[in-house]
Amino acid sequence: MQAIGNFDELKKYREGLVSARDPKRKVVAVCTGTGCKAYKCDDLASALEAEVVKQGLSDKVEIVPTGCHGFCERGSLLVIYPDDIFYQKVSVDQAAEVVSKTLANGEILEELLYEDPVTGKKIVKESDIPFYKHQQQLLFGPGRRIRPTEIDDYLALGGYEGLAKVLSEMKPDEVVELILKSGLRGRGGGGFPTGVKWRTCRDAPGDTRYVICNADEGDPGAYMDRSLLEGNPHSVIEGMIIGAFAIGSDQGYIYVRNEYPLAVSNVHVALDQAREAGLLGENILGTGFSFDMRVSRGGGAFVCGESTALMASLEGFVGEPRAKYVHTVEHGLYDKPTNLNNVETWANVPLIVNKGVDWYTSIGTGDVSKNPWGGSKGTKIFSLVGKVKNTGLVEVPMGISLRKIIYDIGGGVPDDRAFKAVQTGGPSGGCLPESFLDQPVDFDELSRAGSMMGSGGMIVMDDRTCMVDVARYFVKFLLDESCGKCVPCREGNRRMLEILTRICSGQGVLSDLDLLERLSRSMMRGSLCALGQTAPNPVLSTLRHFRHEYEAHIVDHRCPAAVCRPLITYTINDECNGCTLCKRVCPQKAISGEKKKFHVIDQDKCDQCGVCIQSCKFDAIDVA
Amino acid sequence: MLNLDINGRRVTVRKGTALLAAIREAGFEVPTLCHHEALEPYGACRLCVVEVREEGRDKTRVVTACNYPAKAGLQVETESEAVVETRREVLDLLLARCPGSPVIRELASSMGLHRSSYPPDQNRDNCILCGLCVRVCEKLGFTAITMAGRGAEREVAAPLKEPPPDCVGCGSCARVCPTGNIPLVDRDAMRRIWDRDFEMVRCTSCGRAYITREYLESRVEASGLPASHFELCDECSRSRTAQTMYRHMVLDDKEASHE
Ligand SMILES: Cc1cc2nc3c(=O)[nH]c(=O)nc-3n(C[C@H](O)[C@H](O)[C@H](O)COP(=O)(O)O)c2cc1C
Ligand code: SF4
Ligand code: SF4
Ligand code: FES
Repeated sequence: MQAIGNFDELKKYREGLVSARDPKRKVVAVCTGTGCKAYKCDDLASALEAEVVKQGLSDKVEIVPTGCHGFCERGSLLVIYPDDIFYQKVSVDQAAEVVSKTLANGEILEELLYEDPVTGKKIVKESDIPFYKHQQQLLFGPGRRIRPTEIDDYLALGGYEGLAKVLSEMKPDEVVELILKSGLRGRGGGGFPTGVKWRTCRDAPGDTRYVICNADEGDPGAYMDRSLLEGNPHSVIEGMIIGAFAIGSDQGYIYVRNEYPLAVSNVHVALDQAREAGLLGENILGTGFSFDMRVSRGGGAFVCGESTALMASLEGFVGEPRAKYVHTVEHGLYDKPTNLNNVETWANVPLIVNKGVDWYTSIGTGDVSKNPWGGSKGTKIFSLVGKVKNTGLVEVPMGISLRKIIYDIGGGVPDDRAFKAVQTGGPSGGCLPESFLDQPVDFDELSRAGSMMGSGGMIVMDDRTCMVDVARYFVKFLLDESCGKCVPCREGNRRMLEILTRICSGQGVLSDLDLLERLSRSMMRGSLCALGQTAPNPVLSTLRHFRHEYEAHIVDHRCPAAVCRPLITYTINDECNGCTLCKRVCPQKAISGEKKKFHVIDQDKCDQCGVCIQSCKFDAIDVA
Repeated sequence: MLNLDINGRRVTVRKGTALLAAIREAGFEVPTLCHHEALEPYGACRLCVVEVREEGRDKTRVVTACNYPAKAGLQVETESEAVVETRREVLDLLLARCPGSPVIRELASSMGLHRSSYPPDQNRDNCILCGLCVRVCEKLGFTAITMAGRGAEREVAAPLKEPPPDCVGCGSCARVCPTGNIPLVDRDAMRRIWDRDFEMVRCTSCGRAYITREYLESRVEASGLPASHFELCDECSRSRTAQTMYRHMVLDDKEASHE
C-alpha cells in the first residue's frame, strides 16, 4: 500500500474501497477470537473459504475471519450478512453444508440455530437473540465485521476518519476540550475523567510527553481489552494517535499482557500497516504531525497494571508501585509527563470525535456538561460470567440496571437456582445482593453500593455460593498478586486471609468481624498503592450485605450455602433405596449399608468431599 | 523556599525537600523503618505517616512523610488520631510478623501495644522487608542481594538462593538493617556473612582486621587510587587526616603570625 499523503487522498482511497465492494455480496463473519480458538474456528474459516471456492461462489460470498463476538460459550460462531443469520456451535465438517444450503440456496440449518434457554425457541437472526438484543455494541460492533489484520477493512468502515477530522479541523486544545465535554471516564478501573487527565498532561512543563495504552488486563476472567485489541486494533491505535496530537506527544507505548500472543501479533500487524499507510510515524497525512509507538510485553503480575508499576516495568525495572504524590501525568515514564489510558478508553476516542459530544452524552447517566465527574457516559464492556445462562462479553450503555444485564442478556441463573449476589469490579470489587439489582450501572452508583465498576468483571453467584468463601478467594488472589512491598497490604492481606480461613473452618469468633473492619480501615488508609487500598472491598462489601452469613459460620457453626467443608454434614434421607452407588464412590469408605437397604454415613470418617451427593440418582443425600 | 505549618509551627524549607526532612528540621519526631538519608525514599514500612491538608483543599490525607514532597501552604499533623491509629496498626502487623525483634517490640510498646492482635508468626526471622539492605547494596554498585517473590512470598535473597557471588563482604547491609537481622561475624581476620567466608586485611597502623580483601580490591578498582590509599582502617585514617589537618592549621597560624 502506498502512503496516503493528505486528507483528500484518504477520502478517495476510502471511496475506492467502498465502491469496489459489491453490496449484494454476502459476508460471513466467522469469530476467530482467542475464546473461540479452542473450537477450531480458524479451521472452520479455512474450510468455509475452500468450500466457497469449490462451489463456485467466490464472487457472491466473502468469508471474513473476525475478532471476538462476545458469545464465546457458543463457539464456533458465525453471522451471515446482510441476512443477519446467526449460527452457533458450528463444527468444521458442517462447513460444506453451510455453504451449499444456506449460502447457495438461502436454506436455514435448524441444528445450527441458537435456542433460547429461557423460552426454548430457536432464533434465526442475531439481532433477535436476547444476548445481543439488549447490548449496544458501539466499540465491539465494527470489530465483528472486519479482519483485524486488514487495514482496508477498517478504512472502509470509516476508520481513521476521526484522526483526519482532528488533524484537519481542530487544534490540540479543542480535542482536549471535546474529550472533557464528552464525559469520557477511564475504563481501566478508576473512572477518572479522561479529558482532565489529558489536559493536565498537556499543561505539564516539558518538551517530551508519552502516551501509553494499558493492556495488562490482569483480572481473572476478564478479557474485554484482549478482545478489542485482537478484533479491532486500529480503533485503539487511532484513539492513541488522536490523544497524542491533543496532548502533544510523539512517542507512545502499548503495554500488553504477556499471555496475549494474538493481541500482540495483531497489534504489530496493525502498526506496520498504519505506518505504511502514512497514518503513523513521520508527518502523518502530510500534516507535519509525527507520532509513533512501540509494543511492550507485560511483566506478568496483576500489580503491573497499576500505573506506576507499569511505568517502572516499561523502563525495565521490577514492576512495583511507587507513591503517586507526584503524578505520572507530570512525572511519569522516564520522569516525563505521561498519559496512561486503558484499551477501552482509547477505543472510545475515535467514536467521540466522529459522532460528537451531543450524541455521546446522550448515552449514559448524569450531566457532564459542567463537571466531568457528573455522570457516566457511553458504553461499558463487561465480562459476564458465573451462574448465568449466557456468559460472554457484553457491551451495554452506562446506566443499564444489573437486572437487565443478568436476566435479559444473561438469561438469569441456570438450573432453577436462586440468585444470591453479583460481584463487580474485579478482584478488589464488591458483592451486591438481590436488593441492588435495579441499581443503574455507573461509576458512582456502584461505588456508593460498596462495589465498583473496576475494569468490568461481573460474576453472578447463586445460592450455593458462600460469601465468606468468596471473600477469602479474592483476598487470596490479591495477596498472591500484590508486590509485597508495603506492610499494610502484604501483612494485612495475610492476616485477612488467616481470619477468613479461621471463620470458614468454624474457628472464628465474633470479635474477628471487628478486627476485619479495623484491619480494612488501616489497609485502605495505609497502603502504598491502589491494590492494597482497595483490597478490603470484597471483605467489607460481604460484611455489609451478607453479615448474617459470617455470623452463621461463627455463632451457629454452619455454612448456609453448604460450601465450607468443616461446617457441613452429609446425611442420607428416606429416599435411599440401597442402590449402593454412594458407598462405592466414597473415597473415605465412610458409607455403609447392604444392597437394597438403607445406607448411613459415618460422620467420623466423612471428610465432606461431596462425591456421594453428586453420585446419588435419587436425591437421597442431604447436605446442611 | 516555601512555607508550611507543622503541628501549628510555621517552617521554611527549600523547594524539593521531602516532608520527613522538613518535619525533623522543625524539631518533631516521626518514626521510620525503611528510610535512610543516603538512599531514595521507598515508602514500604508506612510508619512515617502524617496527616496533611493541601492548600485549597477541605479534606486531609494520611501520607508517608518520607516520599511526600513538602509543598507551600501545607498543614501537617504528625500525631493526629488517624496518624496514631495507622502507625499502631502497622506495628500491630509487624509485631505479629517479628514477635522476637527487640526493635519492633520497643516501637510497639512505645505506642502502648504489648501484644499483637494477630497470632505471632513461628519460625520466622526478623526481616521486615524494608529493603534497606538491598538498596544499599545496589547503591554501592554490587547488587549482590535482591528482593525476590511477590506478596507473602517476598523475601531478601541472593540470586538462585545460593551464597551471593557478587557479595564483597562490605557488611553495609548488616549495618543498615533496622532489626539487626543479617548475621555478620568477624573472627580471626575472617568475616562470615550471607553464608560466605571472606579473608580480611589488617590496618597497617593499628593492625586491626578491618576490611575484606574483596571489598578492598573493589574500592581500589572503583576509585583508580593506589592500594596504599586504603591501607588504614577508618579510625586510623580519620585520626591521621585530623593530625595532618592540625599540623597544617598550626603551621598556617604560625606562618600567619610571622607576617
Ligand atoms: C493493582 C492494579 C491493577 C491494575 N490493572 C489494570 C489493568 O490491567 N488495566 C488497566 O487499564 N488499568 C489497570 N489499573 C488501573 C491503572 O492504574 C490506571 O488507573 C488506568 O490504566 C488508567 O487508565 P484509564 O484512566 O483509561 O482507566 C490497575 C490498577 C491497580 C491498582
Ligand atoms: S499496596 Fe500491595 S501491591 Fe501496592 S505497593 Fe503495597 S504491597 Fe505492593
Ligand atoms: S534484612 Fe534487614 S535491611 Fe534487609 S529487608 Fe530485611 S529488615 Fe530490611
Ligand atoms: S520511612 Fe516512610 S514508609 Fe518507611
